[in-house]
Amino acid sequence: MPGKISILIVDDEESVRDSLYNWFIEDGYEVECAENAKQALSILESRNMDIILADIKMPGMDGLEMHRRIRSLNKDSIVIIMTAFAAVDTAVQALKDGAFDYITKPFDPDDLSHLIRNASSQISLKEENKALRNKLISLENVEDLIGSSEAMIGVLKEVERVAQSNSPVIISGESGTGKELIARAIHSNSKRKFSPLVSVHCGALTESLLESELFGHEKGAFTGAMYNRKGRFEMADGGTIFLDEIATISPKMQIELLRVLETKTFIRVGGNKEITSDFRVICATNKNLKLMVDDGLFREDLFYRLNVVNIRIPPLRERAEDIPLLVDHFIKKYCTSMSRNIMRIDKAALKRLEQYDFPGNVRELENMIERAIVVGNEKEIRLRDLPFEKGMSTHSFQSLEDLEKQYILQVLNKHDWNISQSAKVIKVDRATLYNKIKKYELQSPKK
Amino acid sequence: MAEQEILIINHGNFEKEFLGTIADGIAKEFHLPVSIKESHMDLSEYYDPIRRQYNGNQLMKDLDSWSTLKQYKIIGLFRVDLFNPILTYIFGQAALNGNIGVASMYRLRNEQYGMPKDNDLLLERFQKVIIHELGHMFGLVHCHIPPCVMRSSTYVEDIDQKSTHLCSKCRQEAGILQ
Repeated sequence: MPGKISILIVDDEESVRDSLYNWFIEDGYEVECAENAKQALSILESRNMDIILADIKMPGMDGLEMHRRIRSLNKDSIVIIMTAFAAVDTAVQALKDGAFDYITKPFDPDDLSHLIRNASSQISLKEENKALRNKLISLENVEDLIGSSEAMIGVLKEVERVAQSNSPVIISGESGTGKELIARAIHSNSKRKFSPLVSVHCGALTESLLESELFGHEKGAFTGAMYNRKGRFEMADGGTIFLDEIATISPKMQIELLRVLETKTFIRVGGNKEITSDFRVICATNKNLKLMVDDGLFREDLFYRLNVVNIRIPPLRERAEDIPLLVDHFIKKYCTSMSRNIMRIDKAALKRLEQYDFPGNVRELENMIERAIVVGNEKEIRLRDLPFEKGMSTHSFQSLEDLEKQYILQVLNKHDWNISQSAKVIKVDRATLYNKIKKYELQSPKK
Repeated sequence: MAEQEILIINHGNFEKEFLGTIADGIAKEFHLPVSIKESHMDLSEYYDPIRRQYNGNQLMKDLDSWSTLKQYKIIGLFRVDLFNPILTYIFGQAALNGNIGVASMYRLRNEQYGMPKDNDLLLERFQKVIIHELGHMFGLVHCHIPPCVMRSSTYVEDIDQKSTHLCSKCRQEAGILQ
């Protein structure tokens, strides 16, 4: 270990610098000296030092202030504070600021040796940790992203390429294509993978809720704000923030978001302290943002700020060759989670799936397979286990209204025209369902 | 190394026989001629009344005046308790690749630790400290090989664990002929 570790001694007393220099140099360390904090910081700007042994009391900038400046330089150095007087409050402050330890001059030779040995072990651990992380990053794969079609391979290559950069990404694709999975794959293959991926579903929140969710709030900022709360941007520090359904955010939030993306700083709702966070932003939308910009619904400057990289996920109907692989994947996933033997799918059922258009994309296929496993015979998935009704064979030439009508009728029949149950399945309220029944002139077969 | 000599300066009023044994040991270890000079320097000006010890750094600076001939590696031997500004005590100290070093017998005495007096052990410990400091003066850093005299020792017990000799790696690094 000695010989590899570098130590910077910062003390205004020459005799202290000389003594420490001799002590460490004889131990085989690489040693540099600085007579004040300014000189030390200038050394640190040009090179990294593993351990910094700094006197607390120096003319000009003291050791504690220097330590704070070192931290702001994002240096990993281990800082040990030295003082001629044992003052508990200063020691506590030094430790609170992240100093590795605190030692009172003169030191017992054995204490100094121990301290430096401990610091060296910490450095070795950090190095080992870094090496293991790099190893893990290179081993990371995107196993949840299934597909061997040309379109999907193109997407995976794009994921691999953009993961290493810090640029904002927009993922576009129809509902159910797996935009969040792509965001996860980008994050988990990036250098930020050990920090959080924070997801925000912008479409599910009102403007004021979204503001509080993204920026956090201070206690008393609004009725019900009982405690300080960290926002999602703050939580994503070091990692990635995934903004789903970005097209739904209000013009006011678009301005706020643009400012945060440009400065990486923000203020909590009801607060006055500026918070800095280092995050990468990935957005997803099923809308055409460029068209929204042309229509004046989405800010052009925000669009260009976000649209550095654009990944389009093809709908499932454009990559039908991936269906058998996806079916296999979902069968394994659900059979395992339901503690069942892995089932097969019969040829007719698979052929039918390959012919289907999947307006709900991969999510729809996943739901179909899960359902088929539940209702099936535990050996194989048959055509009859799939939720295809007569007349639903192709959607290609049907209007959205026709599809909606068929779907509502199917759900109502399945639940014996129980409005409450059917509304729950369709995820609309009862009044909406009544309106749809009226609109499509649907009638119960029992009437 | 063939051009060099080692000079021991006796600041502790050590007996001739005692110093002769030490000088022989040093000569054998470094394959260099060793001479001894007596000093009658007044040490009181190096005394720190607060620490009640003698300033090793200051002593090293002033010993430099003895090095009129640069081929000498000079080591001053003391009986008094030495310190430097950062450490509570030192057994000895020397500048790496420098020409001056100091060594003290004070903390090597068994009596200091409530043990019975042992002159043979004291001589052995002192010899180890002197050879260790001379090793630094010949450019050697601390060695991790347990019996090597260049192994770091912060307690007197550590000194007892090692031998009076340099390991082969250190000998090679210092350019000492086998």
